[in-house]
Amino acid sequence: MSFISYLINGISLGSVYAIIALGYTMVYGIAKMLNFAHGDVIMFGSYAVFTIVSTLSLPTWLGMLVSIILCTVLGITIEAVAYRPLRQASSSLAVLITAIGVSYLLQNVALLIFGANTKSFSSVVSMAPLKLADGGLTITGETIVTISCCIVIMIVLTLFVNKTKAGQAMLAVSEDKGAAQLMGINVNGTISLTFAIGSALAAVAGMLLCSAYPALTPYTGSMPGIKAFVAAVFGGIGSIPGAFIGGIILGIIEIFSKAYISSQLSDAIVFLVLIIVLLVKPTGILGKKIQEKV
Amino acid sequence: MKTFVSKNKDNLITYGIVVVAYAVMEILIKAGLISSLMQGLLVPLCAYVILAVSLNLTVGILGELSLGHAGFMCVGAFTSAFFSKITMNVITVTWIRFTLAIVIGFIAAGLIGFLIGMPVLRLKGDYLAIVTLAFGEIIKNVINVLYIGKDSKGLHFSMKDAVALNLEPEGDVIINGAQGITGTPKNSTFTIGVILILITLFIVLNLIKSRDGRAIMSIRDNVIAAESVGINITKYKLLAFALSAALAGVAGVLYSHNLSSLMATPKNFGYNMSIMILVFVVLGGIGNIRGSIISAVILTLLPELLRGLSNYRMLIYAIVLIAMMLFNWAPKAQAFRDRLLDKLMFWKKKKVTVTEKEGGASDER
Repeated sequence: MSFISYLINGISLGSVYAIIALGYTMVYGIAKMLNFAHGDVIMFGSYAVFTIVSTLSLPTWLGMLVSIILCTVLGITIEAVAYRPLRQASSSLAVLITAIGVSYLLQNVALLIFGANTKSFSSVVSMAPLKLADGGLTITGETIVTISCCIVIMIVLTLFVNKTKAGQAMLAVSEDKGAAQLMGINVNGTISLTFAIGSALAAVAGMLLCSAYPALTPYTGSMPGIKAFVAAVFGGIGSIPGAFIGGIILGIIEIFSKAYISSQLSDAIVFLVLIIVLLVKPTGILGKKIQEKV
Repeated sequence: MKTFVSKNKDNLITYGIVVVAYAVMEILIKAGLISSLMQGLLVPLCAYVILAVSLNLTVGILGELSLGHAGFMCVGAFTSAFFSKITMNVITVTWIRFTLAIVIGFIAAGLIGFLIGMPVLRLKGDYLAIVTLAFGEIIKNVINVLYIGKDSKGLHFSMKDAVALNLEPEGDVIINGAQGITGTPKNSTFTIGVILILITLFIVLNLIKSRDGRAIMSIRDNVIAAESVGINITKYKLLAFALSAALAGVAGVLYSHNLSSLMATPKNFGYNMSIMILVFVVLGGIGNIRGSIISAVILTLLPELLRGLSNYRMLIYAIVLIAMMLFNWAPKAQAFRDRLLDKLMFWKKKKVTVTEKEGGASDER
């Protein structure tokens, strides 16, 4: 029975990673950059919910709505101010370092506003836990909401990318910016839209993550951010189903290694599996092989 | 021939800057103008300079992005501190023991770099970056659960806890898991740090100038072209990567012998540290060794100089970092800078372009 409950916990944690990884993978696919500040957008979204719900005692739905809008605006602003001027830079490292700078900036702004103390985040989920097998197996409301949220987001996002005009524009820009521009696609607008969607997803992921693990500090987002990035690479960066699969697998591995091997070594095991996967399949599970031309 | 001479001169200037900075610092310390806080920062500063120069070998000269540099530093720090601790009563002459510790740190980190490099250097770009980051985190995590003790029967190992070592009562726990190593002799001094910087510079600058260095740079510029003229890609990639790791190990030795208790925390050996070293390298100019030294010094001292602003200092640091990156790398900012330069130095323009073609272009990308 404990095996099943670990598995469910793993899928739940993996779902959060998957939602964050979707943001990572879309941004990477279109802007070809590692957005190191993504994890800190998550943290900001969680603080927004915390402020509105716990400090101002306003209804939860309002907090969630404001958090999503705030993160979306934040994502678009970061892209326009910090990343867009460097899109044509001669080295791709420039934008990576700028992203790190943005990450430091967000962490320190949060540190100044909210302080270094750990805030206890009250769950945004009010669903009663589900008891199965005569109380032998309890599934919390958070788990159910997280997993269903992840599945819904995944389906909506796939439909959006494949069926709508804006989604097709995203695919076109990620394949060839110049050609997309010649076809009359607004490249800047499409990239902004991608950042907006990625950041909105980050807000959702932040709420779910902090509902399950309620300790909120200015550094809450950075490790899940890195893990989600690992998940995105794991599944093949740039691929939406890849991010989903990568996130779930990563979550399960993490919870299982915590439960059965060692809680201190769980991160090491996650990273080790990533390395093995990349050595066998250098572009991730669902990644496309890129042919190099002379 | 002319470029050769100018390059030699260029290197001499780099050594000169380090020596002069050292002399000025020593005079200021003797004159009592440097606060004890600043003095405590000098040895870590030397370690950061070595780290920045060594990472520049991987990022600037080999052209591969590594985010696991702190991991190699960690290996150097722990192996050398372990060595110093167990031989503290055996080798009593400090300089012999410390020299051996440095050599051990160099070899251990180099060996790990070689072993990691063999499989992962097949990957490219961001994939290589994430795998090196993963290895750095693994090294840190493994050291955090490593327990090694010593008693009359010899060494005992465990990955569980200190009790599982089964030590005799008088036995001594040397590496105590997350508590790390305590009581490492504090042998690092500013002078030794500067000497190690000079040695590192000597190794790296001579490598760049040599046949091997040119082979490494040809891999960076075009792998396929390099391969087609018969350059052994794997060999040279591994050479640069392992050497870079080994030098990071030396920085680790310096770092660990400056602390009485050495712990592997996310702050000193985690990916944040690797990223900080990368920031030094990129801000100083990718492939520009002198730039790495200067930016490592400035960026280490900047938060300390801003200490009076307490909580705002890291915020300012972040803003300065973003602004400098935008100013240095954005094509529009570059065009703006060029226009400004044209106006200011209209009569000098010809001279500048000529020197850039001869000397400047060779050590920058």
